[in-house]
Amino acid sequence: MAGDRTTTQSGVLGWIDQRMPVVDFWNKHLAQYYAPKNFNIWYYFGSLALLLLVNQIVTGIWLAMYYKPSAAEAFASVELTIMRDVEWGWLLRYMHSTGASFFFIMVYLHMFRALLYGSYQKPRELVWVLGVLIFLAMMAEAFLGYVLPWGQMSFWGAQVIVSLFGAIPIIGEGLVQWIQGDYLPSDPTINRFFALHVVALPISLLGLVVLHLGALHEVGSNNPDGIDIKKKKDAAGVPLDGIAFHPYYTVKDLVGVGVFGMLFAFVIFFEPTFGDLFLEYDNFAPADPMVTPAHIKPVWYFTPYYAMLRAIPDKLMGVVVMGAAVMILFLIPWLDRSPVRSIRYRGPITKIALTLFTIAFVTLGYLGLQAGSELQKLVAQICTAIYFLFFFLMPVYTKIDSVKPVPDRVTMHD
Amino acid sequence: MAAESVNHGRRRFLTASTVVVGGVGGIFVAVPFLSAWKPNAKAVAAGAPVTADISRLAVGQQMTVAWRGRPIFIVRRSPEMLAALPSEDSRLRDPQSSVEDQQPSFAQNGYRSLRPELLVLVGSCTHLGCSPKLHTEVKPEPWDSKWKGGYYCPCHNSRFDLAGRVYEGSPAPTNLVVPPYRFESDTKVIIGESEGAA
Repeated sequence: MAGDRTTTQSGVLGWIDQRMPVVDFWNKHLAQYYAPKNFNIWYYFGSLALLLLVNQIVTGIWLAMYYKPSAAEAFASVELTIMRDVEWGWLLRYMHSTGASFFFIMVYLHMFRALLYGSYQKPRELVWVLGVLIFLAMMAEAFLGYVLPWGQMSFWGAQVIVSLFGAIPIIGEGLVQWIQGDYLPSDPTINRFFALHVVALPISLLGLVVLHLGALHEVGSNNPDGIDIKKKKDAAGVPLDGIAFHPYYTVKDLVGVGVFGMLFAFVIFFEPTFGDLFLEYDNFAPADPMVTPAHIKPVWYFTPYYAMLRAIPDKLMGVVVMGAAVMILFLIPWLDRSPVRSIRYRGPITKIALTLFTIAFVTLGYLGLQAGSELQKLVAQICTAIYFLFFFLMPVYTKIDSVKPVPDRVTMHD
Repeated sequence: MAAESVNHGRRRFLTASTVVVGGVGGIFVAVPFLSAWKPNAKAVAAGAPVTADISRLAVGQQMTVAWRGRPIFIVRRSPEMLAALPSEDSRLRDPQSSVEDQQPSFAQNGYRSLRPELLVLVGSCTHLGCSPKLHTEVKPEPWDSKWKGGYYCPCHNSRFDLAGRVYEGSPAPTNLVVPPYRFESDTKVIIGESEGAA
């Protein structure tokens, strides 16, 4: 007798199930995980982000087979070996580079969904906090990965980002040299960034994703109405507005995968640089510490925060503001004092606030790509103020704002 | 051993002492992991001084040499450029070079140099390390309608005059760094060594 539990299974599955609760696990997380039946298009992006994580890991393993983490060889190993000599190497590389950008698109949409429907509110605070940690790990992972091809933007991007640590008083300069392992980004830097990019951060990301899903499955998914479906259950204890994740949502998500796959393939095959946004033209020239490109800008997914950094005419304050802009995301569950979750039942002030915030964030993203005139700096400062006011004033406007009555059961539009 | 005879005090002592000893061990173990990130012996050796030959550097021109992997700008300034330097003092953040870390003491003067005409600078912006570009022409520029010549950093619009002094309103906090250097002869500058220190 292997264990004390009885299994409903026979054969090989029964033998395994007796020794490890695979059937329990399957039921708990898929076949008997009841998700609200009113999910809309916004609910595709979580599973698509997971798909992209798998894409990054698989293509990343293959790229690591040819990539050389050294200042002398890195550029040629990417642009010559992988892109030209290895069979289908270009496809693997474009799947990886395009995948990084799509990963951020999915995650930004996924986060926006949480803002729309109050998915971070009690009892899902921890789901949100773990999600922001994933976002942080992704940003680190994306930055490290961008350095690896050792083109001009890789080098100067590394120079700029690592220099941010130099803004810290007293220890700053030593810290920069410690991170780089040299007086400037060079061979030791690229080698350690490779180690972090392919081992340390992917492990952290996977662990965080497991925790994110574990926390979600404990409290259950939110929905566009922000209604707690666990309050209305049938005799068997199944939520009346819930449907089993498998097969219903696995099938629905596959439709999303199909549509996503078409868009993804289109970009990979026809626009892998996406007009300087996904892969920057300057990065097709090898790194040269003696020549700064005329216009250094990060990849698009960092530009909102980069625009904030540039908008502040003081090095330390700029870095502090940029860091605070990300860190403040952790606090949202406690800043929102609204008695309802979903935007559907919230009042006009919250809707205006979220609209202004979205416009400010997208505008910052655009400004971060530009060279930066005085007018653009002013606009960036205004948008930075709106970004922070959205959070600072949230305890006030979510409390005084009017709310509509929330129905007992989820609403369907069919 | 019966459950009721558990010695809680002893158990707590053993747990606490194990945690303390293990914690100390953990700190010692962290040292090699953290130290391994420091610039290694090879990188430190590559930081040795370099010699620049300035015999063919014309007036108003700049040459660039590499020291510690960074660009070092050497500019032979014209008498007009030198004469114009004090006129910009009111628009500069630190005209007197009072931030001591930004230059060796020999360069803490109006020209920020050992010999007035010869400017030696580390070509990395003190904001985030980009390499500023030299624009010597006195004419209105997009970033400054009263431009008197100097360095402009294309990354984040930091501006410096022809002595590497930062203009007010730039994101760069301090003047460009003057590296330690000395003249071996009238045509040879050694970057990385100060006068008398060698």
